[in-house]
Amino acid sequence: MAKVTVDIEYCKGCGLCVDFCPQEIMQLETEVITQKGYHPAHCVDQESCTACLNCAMMCPDVAIMIER
Amino acid sequence: MATKTAATATQRNKAEKNPILFERTPALTTAITNYCPGCLHGITQRLVAENLEKLGITGTTVGVSPVGCSVIAYEFYACDMVQAAHGRAPAVATGLKRAHPENTVFTYQGDGDLASIGMAETIHAATRGENITVIFINNAIYGMTGGQMAPTSLPGQVTQTSPYGRDVKTAGYPIRVCELLSSLDGVAFLQRVTVDTPSNVRKAAKAIRKGFEYQRDGLGFSLIEVVSTCPTNWGMTPYAALEWLRENMLPYYPLGVYKDCKAGE
Amino acid sequence: MGEKILMKGNEALAEAAIRAGCRHFFGYPITPQTELAAYMSRHLPKLGGTYLQAESEIAAINMVYGASSAGVRVMTSSSSPGVSLKGEGISYMIGADLPGLIVNVNRGGPGLGGIQPSQSDYWMATRATGHGDGHVFVLAPSTVQEMADLARKAFDLGDRYRMPAMILADGLLGQMMEPVELPEPLDPAALPPKPWATTGTQGTREHNIINSLSLVAQILEDSVIKRYERYVLIKDVEQMAQLEYVEDAELVVVAYGAAARIARSAITAAREEGIKVGMIRPITLWPFPTKAIKNACATARAFLSVELNTGQMVDDVRLAVDGSVPVSFFGHTGGIVPTPAEVLVAIRKACAGETFHLLPYHSTLKAGE
Repeated sequence: MAKVTVDIEYCKGCGLCVDFCPQEIMQLETEVITQKGYHPAHCVDQESCTACLNCAMMCPDVAIMIER
Repeated sequence: MATKTAATATQRNKAEKNPILFERTPALTTAITNYCPGCLHGITQRLVAENLEKLGITGTTVGVSPVGCSVIAYEFYACDMVQAAHGRAPAVATGLKRAHPENTVFTYQGDGDLASIGMAETIHAATRGENITVIFINNAIYGMTGGQMAPTSLPGQVTQTSPYGRDVKTAGYPIRVCELLSSLDGVAFLQRVTVDTPSNVRKAAKAIRKGFEYQRDGLGFSLIEVVSTCPTNWGMTPYAALEWLRENMLPYYPLGVYKDCKAGE
Repeated sequence: MGEKILMKGNEALAEAAIRAGCRHFFGYPITPQTELAAYMSRHLPKLGGTYLQAESEIAAINMVYGASSAGVRVMTSSSSPGVSLKGEGISYMIGADLPGLIVNVNRGGPGLGGIQPSQSDYWMATRATGHGDGHVFVLAPSTVQEMADLARKAFDLGDRYRMPAMILADGLLGQMMEPVELPEPLDPAALPPKPWATTGTQGTREHNIINSLSLVAQILEDSVIKRYERYVLIKDVEQMAQLEYVEDAELVVVAYGAAARIARSAITAAREEGIKVGMIRPITLWPFPTKAIKNACATARAFLSVELNTGQMVDDVRLAVDGSVPVSFFGHTGGIVPTPAEVLVAIRKACAGETFHLLPYHSTLKAGE
């Protein structure tokens, strides 16, 4: 288990973290709109996170922090 | 077995001391980039910044931003930054490096900047063996101006200024920069990478690191070409753009090391 | 010190630049500035500096931009067509508030033109060295000694005001030999620090940025106006001109560089004829010495601008005189240097109350035609 935090100030809702998460636990929050007008990504199941870092590797906006 | 247990214990201790597995590198400023959602610029930019930190050279590095989508990169890197005229980044980097050879100097350029208007500067910095590192983003299009044909646009590629597809009879052929530069003696290191998957991102990070290490060791000109996407001007989702990159760009621009002055050592 | 040695103008300028602490030269071969680059290629490497022959004038000026960003005294030299190519880089230097010396050993134009002495780049130097709303210092030596003195001056002014400086010479001044007393060498390490330079944060400060881009109109306007205010100050305090026989002059000849040397001979001859003629020799073409010209209007009944072009600086003379007295022009172009006798004819005409714009080919043309 790891903790995935998406900084919604940076997130542009591109969805690459969603596409590359092998656990399929990243989703865009369609009910949230950021200041820049995007639906930000978030982790819906921290328990299932394997800390593979794929989301962080593919995030173009360096919006993701991963903690053990 | 005993060794393995010990290693695991070490790792655990390390983990307890530093529970953060991934975070934003201090070599990036806190500024929000101007890149479009899903644009791979941000990944390569992060890799450059992370390598500066890993090598402990953020404070002794000067970066040169080009004209193009990354024109404002000077706001994103925490090291000293110089903004250059279109295509002139290698010449500006030359001036910076000659004035302070002890500093690390890199340029961050797109395909229009590097391979069209700045081709003379690119080739001559390379052939001089200018001890700088060039990060070259090839996404086969002019991004900032709205998607015009680039020197690297593929045959048949539809862009704003090749609306019927790039016709090589009238518009000529794309330029393969790594192949072109590989014949020059001044070049120390040339590698073409991409950042379309997490594993390729890690390979790209290593290539960029190598570029900086070669510069540190005074070996000469290094260039890392990053095959990249432009979801906005390609008219695709970020993920579909990655697939287009794999299907269309990588066959024309094969990944690999095109020059390594240390090969065989 | 005090010892005079015989040197070519181009070489005196180069040696004086080195003595001003310049250790970095980026250039591209072009006639007639060759000796300058050659001198640098011989001497800079021995001093631990950089002589780099760039792939183009464009690359050379951008190397200057880079080295200047890194805080060192740096220069390039070229001649007219090459300076056109440098226009882009000079504009960026202006926009990024970077000092740096650009030497233009002016030859005849437009286009490839010729390689003989000319002042046909006056407008380019003083009006539009590149795109945008800005200026560079333009210094015009008239002797080999001044080639040396103004090199030091150009670096000092550039650093003080954070803007490029141009020395506008010509092939005559570059190639001629005269005795010159060289200035004491400066230690580059002892020059005033440039805290704005991109030399690496060393982890002790926020990052420095050298940049001319401003996408927010209000910020761009503010920065352009701030720079303009600097120009206003410069125009007030940095005008330089040499005045000869101006106190009682009824006719004032205005001439710079090589043209001033010829005008001086003509003025000496005219004085012998009893003509009350003097000369104002602008040393700074930008800022133009308007004060000296305005002051001379107290006695002068007419002005005569003598140039190696079809009449460029004469515009600035007219602006300075502001309609109070007539302004005439005499010039040769294409690399032809007028003889003192020709200038003397023009002086006599102007003193006789004629107003003219005299070019030998169209010798009947008058002002306004």
